[in-house]
Amino acid sequence: MSLNIIVLAKQVPDTRNVGKDAMKEDGTINRAALPAIFNPEDLNALEQALRLKDANPGSTVTILTMGLPRAAEVIREAMFRGADGGIVLTDRVLGGADTLATSYSLAQAVKKFGNYDIILGGRQAIDGDTAQVGPQIAEKLHLPQVTYAEEILGIEDGKIIVKRRLENGVETVKAPLPCVITVNGSAPDCRPRNAQRLMKYKRAVSTSEKAHLTDDQKAFIDARPYLNIDEWSAAYVEADPEQIGLPGSPTKVKAIENVVFTAKESLQLENNDEQIEKLIIDLIANHTIG
Amino acid sequence: MANFYTDNPDLRAHLSHPLMEKIVALKERNYSDAEKFDYAPVDFADAMDNYDKVLEIVGDICGGKIAENAESVDHQGASCSDGHAHYADGTVENLDLCRKAGLMGMSMPRRLGGLNFPITPYIMAADIVSRADTGFENLWGLQDCAETIYEFGSEEQKEKYITRVCQGETMSMDLTEPDAGSDLQSVMLKATEQPDGTWRLNGVKRFITNGDSDIHLVLARSEDGTKDGRGLSMFIYDKRDGGVTVRRIENKMGIKGSPTCELVYKNAKAELCGSRRMGLIKYVMALMNGARLGIAAQSVGVSEIAYREALQYARERQQFGKPIIEFPAVYEMLSVMKAKLDASRCLLYETSRYVDLYKAYEDIEKERKLTPEEKAELKVYRKYADACTPLAKGLSSEYCNQNAYDCIQIHGGSGFMKDYACERVYRDARITSIYEGTTQLQVVAAIRHVTTGTYKALMDVYAGMEFSEQLAGVKTRLAAMVEKYQAAIDAVQAVNDPAYTDFMARRLVEMAGNIVMAYLLATDATRYNSESMTKSALVYANMAEAEVNKHSSFIAAFKPEELAAYTKA
Repeated sequence: MSLNIIVLAKQVPDTRNVGKDAMKEDGTINRAALPAIFNPEDLNALEQALRLKDANPGSTVTILTMGLPRAAEVIREAMFRGADGGIVLTDRVLGGADTLATSYSLAQAVKKFGNYDIILGGRQAIDGDTAQVGPQIAEKLHLPQVTYAEEILGIEDGKIIVKRRLENGVETVKAPLPCVITVNGSAPDCRPRNAQRLMKYKRAVSTSEKAHLTDDQKAFIDARPYLNIDEWSAAYVEADPEQIGLPGSPTKVKAIENVVFTAKESLQLENNDEQIEKLIIDLIANHTIG
Repeated sequence: MANFYTDNPDLRAHLSHPLMEKIVALKERNYSDAEKFDYAPVDFADAMDNYDKVLEIVGDICGGKIAENAESVDHQGASCSDGHAHYADGTVENLDLCRKAGLMGMSMPRRLGGLNFPITPYIMAADIVSRADTGFENLWGLQDCAETIYEFGSEEQKEKYITRVCQGETMSMDLTEPDAGSDLQSVMLKATEQPDGTWRLNGVKRFITNGDSDIHLVLARSEDGTKDGRGLSMFIYDKRDGGVTVRRIENKMGIKGSPTCELVYKNAKAELCGSRRMGLIKYVMALMNGARLGIAAQSVGVSEIAYREALQYARERQQFGKPIIEFPAVYEMLSVMKAKLDASRCLLYETSRYVDLYKAYEDIEKERKLTPEEKAELKVYRKYADACTPLAKGLSSEYCNQNAYDCIQIHGGSGFMKDYACERVYRDARITSIYEGTTQLQVVAAIRHVTTGTYKALMDVYAGMEFSEQLAGVKTRLAAMVEKYQAAIDAVQAVNDPAYTDFMARRLVEMAGNIVMAYLLATDATRYNSESMTKSALVYANMAEAEVNKHSSFIAAFKPEELAAYTKA
């Protein structure tokens, strides 16, 4: 069967390579100092989507991302790797959203798609680490959800079979379509950018990027519809102004504390076998080793 | 994770060489593919941007997974069972990545599924892959066998096989036999024509790199009763047809991820590629030239990793209260390593540009008649490519061995242990000066360009180029070296004895190589305004001058009658 797959992706600051100027004085992230990257677990989700597309000819993979207009970079990156296209949900009024407002906005955008079978996303983004957006979207759309997915094993009788990675093992579940699946970092890496696709899609632009092009460049894009990346506004997805952006975000930051890790506990041992043996038994008992 | 393309600014510099504009225009037939293929470039800037971005993919994969897998691939190695060779797990993963990234059949035309890249960016990818995993470069690099099918195969064969190579099927060239190594005229594998026009192959091949590949080019004796090269033809064997088994794979010193196979052909079905009797004299020569350029690229990649490993260790290792890089004995070694690396890279890309130019003209010649000017250019570039290829292969492979040796030396006792990458690099390097023609055979190919003046002509061209102020002194010294080189040639030729010329050939070819590379490094440093290349040019000029003087004095002092002391009793 052919599937319409939506992959939720987020452009995030690369918090894995944090330098000394990564934080501002007030404890918030200095986004200018960190390169913007494709959220790593969203890449794992994209790979699962592309495998479904490979196994089900005629399927489409569309990226949905919310953020600044430059988040179109994430869509291009996904197109280089195999996605068919994408939508940037971007609007000033969407800014400052917490997970509740974010999931509401994205759910509205998903509704706008109308026709979809599977919504895939990474488990969590490396900037917030909440893992809340995927599940909240599922709730808002009244869809079943499968979290911690590691591998999509296939589709049988209209039901998707998914292997989940849990703390102490794996679990295989079956869910009806459409559904929401969030994918773990332990899932297979995303395939690389493909040379031919990169050369084909490197000029893909979002509506606001296109506005800065010359007339010749615009004509080039117009002659090739696959190079257009649409931007959707809050009004376009019929979002309630009270439920988006800052007004729609009940989460308020009370204070930010700078935590410096220091070693606190220390244990003095006599240099003899009994004490060392006791320490080893304690360490095994509290699962520090073994 | 490192990107092996973007972390090495010299690569982008070499890619920006002014000759690229001409190369790309020829290769792209003035960008006429843009209407037919959505990934074809519309102009020169677009094409260059494509090469740059695709090389970024190569650098990304190489700096990531392929480099990461190199150690486990070396430990696990390839294996053989049930008549087939099996890659190490890491190799399987590497090949899968390269296929998915669309990096197979890079130089093949778009109509056959390729990227239509010129040789130069393709060779740059080989340089990068080799730095990540030298043995893997063999498997990936065998895609250039497709070039032989493209040049000499029928249209049907091109569509049948090249499209599969572009999809990621691997290739091999089955030339060597137990009694036919350097001397390929002695090939015995028997080809027998069938009434339906297909052929059957029977016999044994040995030392075949990636011998269990999907598509083989096979050199076999098609003419019953012949004994020399004129009885040999080229065949294509398709693994899907069966008939070839892997009897064993070699237990090698290095490049362990690349299976080196002994093959048994039992009535294996094959197709003739090109014309009968032309197998060795025309097709293998073309195949070898491509393969030699590939080994030159592989060697440069080895020099790169050897230099980087040595540099990193020398910066980190403290002795006598400071990093060892601060000691003259160590920094001299490192700067000479870097100079050899930079010099061989300059020659590599100079050669690849000449190959690009003459091959593009040859390809255009299949479509239309060349103008007299184009014909003349084709001839000159082909001659330069013929002259530079053995020089690049011969000297770069020797340099990468020297660099791998010095890399271990800088690591001291630790370098002798299996704990550091340098010992793998040392083992992997060793084959480069042996396969696809030993250094001694590169000298045989190069010496006629010494005696007929091709290298001298190139030196004259380079002498007319721009040198930066810092390198003005190098230019003067190079002029003096050229005089010594010419005097040495005259002295050897005056003896008028072919055996004597053969005896002195290595020295003359090395002189030519030293001078050509010193010129290239100095003019490239000037052209790219590169500080690091300028330093290397100064270091290399010192080294080249000393080498030229050494050979010059040996040849001047040598008396022909002394030759007897060197011959076997």
